[in-house]
Amino acid sequence: MSIFDFVVQYWPRLLSGTAVTMAQFFLAAALGIAVSLCMGLMKLSQNPLLRGAAITYIEIFRGTSLVVQLYWIFFVLPLFGLSIEKFTAGYVAVGMNIGAYGAELVRGGILSVPKGQWEAALAINMSPAKRMWRIILPQALVNMLPPWGNLMIELLKGTALVSLISVADLMFEARQINASTFLSAQAFGAALVIYYILARFLVTPFMRWLERFMARKLGRT
Amino acid sequence: MNMQDVTGFPLELAGNDMPMVSFRQVHKAYGPLVVLDDLDLDVAPGEMVSIIGPSGSGKTTVLRMLMTLEQINGGCIYVDGKPLTHMPRNGDLVPANQRHLRKRRADIGMCFQHFNLFPHMTALENCMEGPVQVLGLSKAEARDRSEELLEMVGMIEKKDQHPSRLSGGQQQRVAIARALAMRPKVMLFDEVTSALDPEVIGEVTNVIRKLVSEHNLTMLMVTHQMGFARDISDRVCFFFGGKIEEQGPPAELFGNPQKERTRQFLSAVREAV
Amino acid sequence: MFQWRWEFAWEITPRLIQATGNTLIAAGAGYAIAVVLGLALALAQRSPYRPLTFAVREFVEFIRSTPLILQIFFVFYVGPQIGVRLSPWTSGMIAIGLHYACYLSEVYRGGIESVPKGQWEAATALNMTTLQKYRRVIIPQAIPPALAGMGNYLVGIFKDTPMLSVIGVAELIHTANAIGSEHYRFLEPYTMVGVIFLAISLPAAGLIRLFEGYVRRKLGL
Repeated sequence: MSIFDFVVQYWPRLLSGTAVTMAQFFLAAALGIAVSLCMGLMKLSQNPLLRGAAITYIEIFRGTSLVVQLYWIFFVLPLFGLSIEKFTAGYVAVGMNIGAYGAELVRGGILSVPKGQWEAALAINMSPAKRMWRIILPQALVNMLPPWGNLMIELLKGTALVSLISVADLMFEARQINASTFLSAQAFGAALVIYYILARFLVTPFMRWLERFMARKLGRT
Repeated sequence: MNMQDVTGFPLELAGNDMPMVSFRQVHKAYGPLVVLDDLDLDVAPGEMVSIIGPSGSGKTTVLRMLMTLEQINGGCIYVDGKPLTHMPRNGDLVPANQRHLRKRRADIGMCFQHFNLFPHMTALENCMEGPVQVLGLSKAEARDRSEELLEMVGMIEKKDQHPSRLSGGQQQRVAIARALAMRPKVMLFDEVTSALDPEVIGEVTNVIRKLVSEHNLTMLMVTHQMGFARDISDRVCFFFGGKIEEQGPPAELFGNPQKERTRQFLSAVREAV
Repeated sequence: MFQWRWEFAWEITPRLIQATGNTLIAAGAGYAIAVVLGLALALAQRSPYRPLTFAVREFVEFIRSTPLILQIFFVFYVGPQIGVRLSPWTSGMIAIGLHYACYLSEVYRGGIESVPKGQWEAATALNMTTLQKYRRVIIPQAIPPALAGMGNYLVGIFKDTPMLSVIGVAELIHTANAIGSEHYRFLEPYTMVGVIFLAISLPAAGLIRLFEGYVRRKLGL
């Protein structure tokens, strides 16, 4: 069966899988960004407890693989009373994993803002919170966007692993179709192409647009 | 000498000749390197003091400590009669906490050598930022105040430009407006023309000139522009090795320096021009 | 169910140690393939033949933008269908090797591009052939800046080995799953697997940072 015929026949399942993948992507991205901001700022804090907590989190989530984290969150946490439904476990694991990598990017971005900006904000007597939120972070954001683009692609690829805990995403659907039809080349090939399209024609252009948008906001053309 | 040894220092200054800024035995050292050596310096309200001297003499540190960008190691600084680096507690002075610093910092404004305008805001937004976010003014009030100040520094036409579109002299003028928008009692100028091309230095010095003649602000200025310092200052302090080597009215200090080091410095500067 | 049982943990340790050995071999073999193939891909993208450069570039982008686990499935299932008998090990090695070769090709390209233009010109002036230029002048200078990236991907490959569990390779997670299913206890196997990953990847990452610093100092950078 040609790949064209394959798509025509199986498009509903591929579409539903893709929809789940995208939902996982956006939810994990939102969580990942929040975690990155949180951990990145904590790692920069003067307080050794906060810093230690952030470092511990980052090293654990970067030092173990996403698969291990997924299994742990889905299979082991229930033993401690924290039972999570698989769709949630999926994007939570991916989001927390990406958050650990993103924290380093946030930290790097903040450190790259010139010292004079911190001093100027202090000179107009801004509180530390206002200074971070209104002066430092906006400038840090522009500096960290390029590597964030790569991280977003890694996030998209990471969502494929949620299929291992039976979340019905694109990867899962491809495996199901393969299991029942053995049209492996078509099933996995179609899935590969769809992921590629999502990455190359959705995620990357959006990140590039975001970079340009932020640069404009900073008054640079 | 450390920050705790302030017994005997008054809890506040008062009286008719109360100085606006007062450094009392202020000491700053980085390990063995002494930057300010038990400095005593009083600045009267409305006085314009220029600080000159070779690099490493401690002049920039004086300003930075006043702006609380650096901590002092000994002595006490007073602004408008109240202690800045320390705070009263149970009848004694103790090192100030962050809350106290924030309260006292409101009286002081600073302009930097490298302007440090916020690049993601327009000139107008830069000026409005402090009044809105820190002073709690409404956007309309902040805008009125900022536009008035930008008008005064001659930058009203560029109020909607981002710093990246402005020349150095223009940026520095906006920086001055931004600092003034906070209505400080004391204005600090840290080598504000040192990073500018010679032909635009005049833009900035004219603004400062205007400030001196039209406003009653107390000002401290670290500068290498000797002619300018001579023109507008009420007093010039020559710093050397963390101490005031010599000070006095500009005509006297420039015209008839008493100390040898002052003479050497001034002649070296004259040669360089 | 949520009480840690030390006797059980002790009991399963030998199996986990063996699985760790398998994992390390898998990571090492995959990395070896990636190092060599990556160089070929990097050089191919610098060739003067536009069609080749374009094709390789698109291929590398495709592989980097799509999930490794999907590529593993593709190789494993499609291989037999085009007549190639592939064991789980072999398909896993091919997929991982190819995937990371694409990552490493980017690292190499970065390293090569960081060599100053003057070096190329000097080599031309000495009438070197292209092969000699690369071998004697360019690649030796391209390697030090690339080492950090290469080190990171070595740790990355190690952490991605759990994906091979889905095609039956007896690495750590696969073994943990097996133990879990046999004894109905997942807490100890999964946690220990997590600890083993941390115990290997954290020191490895630290060593790589030290090594990078050492190389930087040796080059006077």
